[in-house]
Amino acid sequence: MRKLLFVIGLGLSLPLAAQGSLAPADYANRQLEDAGQEARAAALMEELRCLVCQGQSIADSDADMAGDMRHLVRERIQRGESPAEIRDYLIERYGEWVSYRPAPERPIFWPLYLAPVLLLLIAGWMVRRRFRRPRP
Amino acid sequence: MVRRFLPLLLLLSFVGIAIWALTAEREEQVRSKLVGQPVPAFALEPAIEGKPGLSSADLAQSEGPRLVNIFASWCLPCKAEAPLLDALAGEGVPIDGIAVRDRPSDILAFLDEHGDPFERLGNDPRSEAMIALGASGVPETFIVDGRGVIRYHHQGPLMPADLPALRAAWEEAR
Amino acid sequence: MIAEFAHGALWLAAALCLMQLGLGVAALRGEQAISRAIRPIAAIQALLVVTAFAALIWLFWRTDLSVALVAANSHSAKPLLYKIAGAWGNHEGSMLLWLTVLTGSGALFAAFEKRLEARTMAASLAAQAAIGIGFFAFLLLSSNPFERLNPSAVEGKGLNPLLQDPGLAFHPPTLYLGYVGLSVAFSLAVGAMLTGSVGSALARAMRPWVLGSWIFLTAGILAGSYWAYYELGWGGYWFWDPVENASLMPWIAATALLHSVGVLAARNALKAWTMMLALIGFSMSMVGTFLVRSGILTSVHAFAVDPERGAFILFLLTFYIGAALLIFGWKIGHVRDSEPFEPVSREGALVANNLLLSVILALVFIGTLYPILAEAMGEQISVGPPYFNTVIGPLALILALLLFVGPKLRWRRGGPLFSPLGIAGLLLSAAMLVITFLLGWNLTILERLGLSIAPGLALASLAPLWGRNLLRTPAPITGMVVAHLGLAVLLAGMAAESGFTKERLVLARPGEQIEVGPWTMEFEGTRPVAGPNWTAVEAELRASRGSGPVLLKPQSRYFSSPPTQTSEAALATDWDGQLYAVIGQGSESEGWQLRLWWKPLVTLIWLGGFLVTLGGLIALIGRWWGEWRRRRRLAGSGYRERRAW
Repeated sequence: MRKLLFVIGLGLSLPLAAQGSLAPADYANRQLEDAGQEARAAALMEELRCLVCQGQSIADSDADMAGDMRHLVRERIQRGESPAEIRDYLIERYGEWVSYRPAPERPIFWPLYLAPVLLLLIAGWMVRRRFRRPRP
Repeated sequence: MVRRFLPLLLLLSFVGIAIWALTAEREEQVRSKLVGQPVPAFALEPAIEGKPGLSSADLAQSEGPRLVNIFASWCLPCKAEAPLLDALAGEGVPIDGIAVRDRPSDILAFLDEHGDPFERLGNDPRSEAMIALGASGVPETFIVDGRGVIRYHHQGPLMPADLPALRAAWEEAR
Repeated sequence: MIAEFAHGALWLAAALCLMQLGLGVAALRGEQAISRAIRPIAAIQALLVVTAFAALIWLFWRTDLSVALVAANSHSAKPLLYKIAGAWGNHEGSMLLWLTVLTGSGALFAAFEKRLEARTMAASLAAQAAIGIGFFAFLLLSSNPFERLNPSAVEGKGLNPLLQDPGLAFHPPTLYLGYVGLSVAFSLAVGAMLTGSVGSALARAMRPWVLGSWIFLTAGILAGSYWAYYELGWGGYWFWDPVENASLMPWIAATALLHSVGVLAARNALKAWTMMLALIGFSMSMVGTFLVRSGILTSVHAFAVDPERGAFILFLLTFYIGAALLIFGWKIGHVRDSEPFEPVSREGALVANNLLLSVILALVFIGTLYPILAEAMGEQISVGPPYFNTVIGPLALILALLLFVGPKLRWRRGGPLFSPLGIAGLLLSAAMLVITFLLGWNLTILERLGLSIAPGLALASLAPLWGRNLLRTPAPITGMVVAHLGLAVLLAGMAAESGFTKERLVLARPGEQIEVGPWTMEFEGTRPVAGPNWTAVEAELRASRGSGPVLLKPQSRYFSSPPTQTSEAALATDWDGQLYAVIGQGSESEGWQLRLWWKPLVTLIWLGGFLVTLGGLIALIGRWWGEWRRRRRLAGSGYRERRAW
């Protein structure tokens, strides 16, 4: 990490050093026939993080690995798995890092979801003397 | 009085976090969470003729620990770690391979050029086994003990500097 | 020679900057006579830096490969525009640009601000010089753009092809104008706190700088967003990526400041709060620069990342923000604020606006940095669009609802909450909500509410013009109405894009027909094309829906220096949306990978953004015009305005 990084848009412009010459997986770039299934898959893919990219969802990445993950998602959806099950399958392996949606049931994310409530309370408290009481 | 300096406190905590982020040795990759867990189920076809494929069952019924190396013929760092794997295989360490998004002809050419340390070699054209194991790229190496439990995970090419840690984990997995 | 000359000019400017600081401090301590010298010093200093920056552009224009920076970032076979833009498309050049804007705005401020009390003026210019010195040191000691290469390079390394785009050539300078313009508000706040003169006069001096910075920030973010939209080829325009958030945070702070500075000017109230926001605005600019440059957060837009330089920026920001916050804590207790507000009043609504914006700002900040905090606690996590949309979406909608009443409320007095247009807007929104259900649109809650609120808001935002002669409406009010109307349009566009976009991914062979929403697209085939420094495969797609066909030609481009592949999306704009086509890998035999989108009303996002920016411009120009006329009147009446010093 301490080495001098001089990265310009590493995540965007994939260097041409190939990631394999194999054609992309079936469902990497093909939609499911069932529109409802595809919608569920697409929504999930937006929220899964590409493992080899600089902060992109697998839906937005051109990396081969992201293509394989899209294939995995679509195939499992087609088999009847729920998006939550697929997300859990990946979280089991890669941790919460792989999901862009912080899970409200995990304690590590409680501060994130408490923040809006807390901040609004603090804001309210800060202005408590700024306003005149409504006249009766 | 204290309240008026609260923003300053917030700034200092931000600076603290930033200094940590700049100086700490941070993980560059995502570790597999499966270390300590049984190998998840997968079954891969043989990648090349004349060598058996690889399945989780093979790993679960092994005499002792095994190395599982995830690699690809198109990956440059894999070439860098090849001599070390060959040397380990020469010492008698059982090594199985998973070839990711690869073609048999390319794999054969790779093994011809860089040596073939693998007892079994599974073909993983869709990265399914790679994802099942929680690996996020190539090359990565796992130690799986005789009962099929993942004991160690190394990301990136294996270099001589990584050997002590690998050997320690290996001894523990026996 | 030019490089050495420019380098010398920078050193001279740095020395003048130091002098400006010294004289400013002296003037603050009562040496009134000295302060006369400050204005010319600020002007000459800016002139020197501008000269140096012009020299850098010249070196890039000529592709002078004996300069290390040019060799590392340019290439002789690059189009002229990108040669010039290459001057600021790298760390050193962009820091010089930063300094150019910093000294330039300092000089403008010194030259044109004539109403502010002399001591506050001197203190502010001293603060501005103090900021300048840090960045001069950074530039001259650790990132000299004029370093020579010996022997000179044979050929340059080229500029990242993704950055070779007209939108992106001007996106960084625009954002910088906004970032750094906020430094004047920062310096003014510091100066006024030091002299204890926080009040309406200060607010009036600060307002044009806040408004100007805000206009540039808005335009810069829009340009960046549109660039991401058509250049990245993912069809999205906002990803809540750390770098995007880094540019959004100063904008939110500036928006809040813009509204609170109005309260300070009109009511001489919210003093401490406005000073705080002025400090936060520029602080967020520096924090954003640090986040982008240090690389501590993973981003798709990672640009010129370097931890060592990140450390330098961190040091600077700790020092400046820390000093300013110390002054705040030490001095702000002496500032007396006004009487409490009436809950139903203009200032009441503006307080609510400020609180909501501040909470949103804090949430963006927390969400962006939380992954680092979690990592320090030993967990690798991601915080992405689902979080930001969930927590910020509702707050933004509440802000939108506030706009139904706020702008029409009167200062001080309580009064009727709703104006006629406000009520009409509310009814329209309610009707729209019912309609979305009746039409059976399958939308998320936020999309549904956004689509319902937008038309009502558009109507209600016109309320301040109600009963006015349009030709005689003061420009600031017209500007405000246009900007708020723009927000309604923007909201409609975002909700529609999110709710109605149709996506098709296909592997298509020439001759195939593909349905995308209401459109039928015929894939005619591909052909090779070549540009000045790239070759490409270009697909031809004929799209039609009833009326005449539109031709789309997306490209997959290959650049040789540095070797990179980019995809050039093709867009076709119709009155009710945009068609968006991207070509991926493929071959004649296997077929080509096509990504096609129909995005209804997405154009409203860009139209809305344009209106918001335009509103700001109208207000700014209106205020200038008013000021100019006031001075003319004073001059005409034989009264010579006494220079404050």
